[in-house]
Amino acid sequence: MTAQLSAENLTLFRGDRCLFRGVGFALNSGELLILEGSNGSGKTSLMKAIVGMLDLEKGVVSWNGMPVAEQRQVFHGALVWTAHRVGLKADLTLVENLRFEAALRPQGSDDLETVLERLEISRLKPLPLRSLSAGQQRRVALARMLLADVPLWLMDEPFTNLDREGRALVMELVKEHLDKGGMCVMAAHQDVEIDAPVKKVVLQ
Amino acid sequence: MTNPERHMPSMTSGLLAVARRDLLLAWKRPGDVLNPLFFFAMVCTLFPLAVGPSAEQLTFSGPGVLWVAALLAMLISLNSLFISDFDDGSLEQLLISPQPLPLVGLGKTISHWLTSGLPLVLVSPIVAITYRMPGDVVLVLMLTLTLGTVSLSLLGSIGAALTVGLHRGTALLSLLILPLSMPVLIIGANTVSLAAGNETYSAGIWALAAYAVGTLSLAPYATAAALRISNE
Repeated sequence: MTAQLSAENLTLFRGDRCLFRGVGFALNSGELLILEGSNGSGKTSLMKAIVGMLDLEKGVVSWNGMPVAEQRQVFHGALVWTAHRVGLKADLTLVENLRFEAALRPQGSDDLETVLERLEISRLKPLPLRSLSAGQQRRVALARMLLADVPLWLMDEPFTNLDREGRALVMELVKEHLDKGGMCVMAAHQDVEIDAPVKKVVLQ
Repeated sequence: MTNPERHMPSMTSGLLAVARRDLLLAWKRPGDVLNPLFFFAMVCTLFPLAVGPSAEQLTFSGPGVLWVAALLAMLISLNSLFISDFDDGSLEQLLISPQPLPLVGLGKTISHWLTSGLPLVLVSPIVAITYRMPGDVVLVLMLTLTLGTVSLSLLGSIGAALTVGLHRGTALLSLLILPLSMPVLIIGANTVSLAAGNETYSAGIWALAAYAVGTLSLAPYATAAALRISNE
């Protein structure tokens, strides 16, 4: 099944300040979109605008040819967003967190145990998230992405707090996801070395 | 990659999951539940000490004091309804989940009531002893508190959603919620007073029930809209 995420002429104001103007892209299955720009250039805002959390001044985001605003639930059922903050509860263990996430969106056939093993966090299962390091919490957020059966991954600075192996792992996982026909939107500072069709949006 | 018949969680699974998660969190941090309850018990037991032990005076003022204390205890507990989710980013995740936001908010409100309203109802008979309330009046008190706290939780979820983005929005939250909760307080306290005076009181129960049903049908949508605004 192929899917398409496209955007036309996106313009966003925060207060009186124009963050970006006339941003557009078309992303197909198997492609990676990289959002580039210096700090404060609006990468996170653009991502929030794509998922529909911010109201755009102008422009339309479309999913499979239909505006996202008209099919919010379908679109939200097709994406996972790893935001700047991991969005997991610090008092719950990672299994409790992931079980909660599983009730929200479609889940793939991957076994929880296998995914945790792959991300090297299965030994942290009995601990509350509070006692995990920032990088380990990032890995739990990655587990949420892997467990969900969704075509679109949105990743805001996915390499933050990760060690070298972690960064390599993220690129490997994204590559696999793209090979399976998924798509990925990534805001990144570092160079991303992923062997896949890459599109770029550069924010001033 | 995505098979067409992939299993989409049902509409209510988000509501149940959120309610279950919040109850689990409350279980792990009992202080958040006990604080308002402790406040309620303190106010109710200190009041008779201050005004004196005359039976007549206590029977007269009991319903009012219990109800005011319950209302304030609910307000205290409401403040934290969405704050922690907002701070750790899980509110954003809920906003972009495919689950209907009104039901997700309702799930949070249900767990809020179970951890704040319900304990108040359960503790009220013990506190009512201080006011020499007879058994049948205590039952009326519990019934009015049950219906009233349901309304207060639901109304409060709107206010908490509106003020979640403003740090230290406590005073604003109280100001927003108080006018809407006045009917609950007036009807609730008067119903108990009527019952204590051996008069017919069923009208008050019906009015509180109607108010609870009204807020139940409207508040989730208002809460969802408020959450979207707060997260812009």
